[in-house]
Amino acid sequence: MAALIAQLLISGLATGAVYALVAIGFSLLWQGAQTVNFAQGDFVTLPAFLILAGTALGLPFWAALLAAMVLAAAILGLLFKRILVDPMLRHGAMPLTIATMALSIFLENAMKNAASAEAYPFPGLNGGITLGPLFLDWQSIMVLGVAVVAVVALTLFLSRTRTGRAIQATAQNPAVARLLGIDVGRMVLITFLINAVLVTIAAALISPIYLVKFDNGAQIGLSAFCAAIVGGFNQVRGAVAGGLLLGVTEMFAATYGPDQYRAAVPMVLLIVFILFRPQGILGRAEERRV
Amino acid sequence: MTAVRQAGTLAGALGAILAAGLLAQGLAPYGVYLLSLWAVYTVAAIGLNLTLGYAGQISLAQAAFVGIGAYTTAILLPHGVPFGATLLAGAAISFALGVLLGFPALRVQGHYLAFVTLALTTLAFLVFRNESWLTGGVGGISHIARPAPFTSGRGYNLLCLGVLALVSFAVWWLLRSPWGRAFVALRENPVRAASLGVDVRAYTLLAFAIGAALGGVSGALYAPLVQYVEPSPFALAFSLSLLMMVVVGGSGSFLGPYVGALVAVLLPEWLRFLHDYYLVLYAALVILLLIAAPEGLVGLAAKGLRRRPQGHPAAEAKP
Repeated sequence: MAALIAQLLISGLATGAVYALVAIGFSLLWQGAQTVNFAQGDFVTLPAFLILAGTALGLPFWAALLAAMVLAAAILGLLFKRILVDPMLRHGAMPLTIATMALSIFLENAMKNAASAEAYPFPGLNGGITLGPLFLDWQSIMVLGVAVVAVVALTLFLSRTRTGRAIQATAQNPAVARLLGIDVGRMVLITFLINAVLVTIAAALISPIYLVKFDNGAQIGLSAFCAAIVGGFNQVRGAVAGGLLLGVTEMFAATYGPDQYRAAVPMVLLIVFILFRPQGILGRAEERRV
Repeated sequence: MTAVRQAGTLAGALGAILAAGLLAQGLAPYGVYLLSLWAVYTVAAIGLNLTLGYAGQISLAQAAFVGIGAYTTAILLPHGVPFGATLLAGAAISFALGVLLGFPALRVQGHYLAFVTLALTTLAFLVFRNESWLTGGVGGISHIARPAPFTSGRGYNLLCLGVLALVSFAVWWLLRSPWGRAFVALRENPVRAASLGVDVRAYTLLAFAIGAALGGVSGALYAPLVQYVEPSPFALAFSLSLLMMVVVGGSGSFLGPYVGALVAVLLPEWLRFLHDYYLVLYAALVILLLIAAPEGLVGLAAKGLRRRPQGHPAAEAKP
């Protein structure tokens, strides 16, 4: 019993860690660039396809991952900002949000046309290690390890480097940041690039479990929104807390709850939090309003 | 001036409905069906326009409310409940759910309503699919009979257009009433509206709940139109599609939903040769339209008519 619970906990934490990465990018864009990106889930599917395309061209996995990261930074970072966000932001935050919904329809159908509606297998780690009654699979351990490294690196970057602190200042108050001589436009661009890198890492980590399918983004996106809101938009820490909580809750609900309503877990969690603790686990009530 | 223009927009809407009714007399059954579908979509889009265009809140639950309306009618009709009553029941359930959901979500500002309604659509879809005892599950409910004198395709088309005309008049009247003027004030400048004593939260909630109720009405019309209800049309994709209709037509414009729904019904027919690429192109066109003309096709046409625009009121209202 205890072994089963421990095992569920570990796979839940692993899935939750991936949700956290996607949620961190989502809240960075929201806080740092007033961009509520409803296409965030599809931003995870696209790099997964890019990695598969790279390996299909004969690249080794690490090279395909690297190439996908560069392409994602160009498409989901630079082009997304230049073509869609910059011209839309003049009209206000809401038209931009709706434009990201149209972008989600665009990406999903473009991927469906390019790669068919098939679910593609994705390389991952096999096997695991037995510790007494406990079986730990390498995949979960690797996912947790990579996610921890990514989160720690990002936190250090945001809090210890000059650029990182400038990004945080821009997120908190662009006008004052500009007065202090910060190149706000560049900081916002870096935020988009960070998001592109995060979704690529998330794509590589989650695809062995979920496979790669054009409409996976809907579910991953929902989980990421849920993680970000439950966590409380405290940039990195909140999204991590929300992601892990969601991953573990999902895993236990899937094991002990009714199977048909598995997909409802993030939704119910989201509604409960908005009802009773809208500022999230770690958030403070209404710090900043756009 | 504004009163004249408002009366003009109602006349425009009713004229379009009348034209559709006349056109239906000369069309093949499929054309008549498309016109009925246009009426059904327009009712749902009018509701969503109240939420999005007037209250400035994104709702992703309109598909769920349409679904609730459709299932309510599909379930109650075989028990001998008259169509008018099933329509009102669907509207009432959607209204109540809208209040229940909107009340907490609108306590916190920002995009929370978007996420709560996103959650509702997903949950509603799961209930439609899983609660077979009530909804027939994946198989759905078939052989839904159309109400008595409107059993033929043309006859039912008249009913759809008639309900659309009633809804158009009711919403037009609502927007002219003191209540509705508060909606318009909200659209123009929420901060100024609040400072003038408009209870922004209450009116936003009301706009959302009325919008939800119209979703229920649309669903009630939809079920006997296609005579078969199953979960998949009421998934998130339909909510997104309704949002696109509102922004394509012009959010916050009275005539916007009529135009947006027309585009959504006709464009896929014209662009049939694109097959699966249709949605890729449509989404790209919507993005381009949003960038070039966020006020939508109606706003674009109005701008074209007035050669020299005296500044856009919404643009001035923005800080």
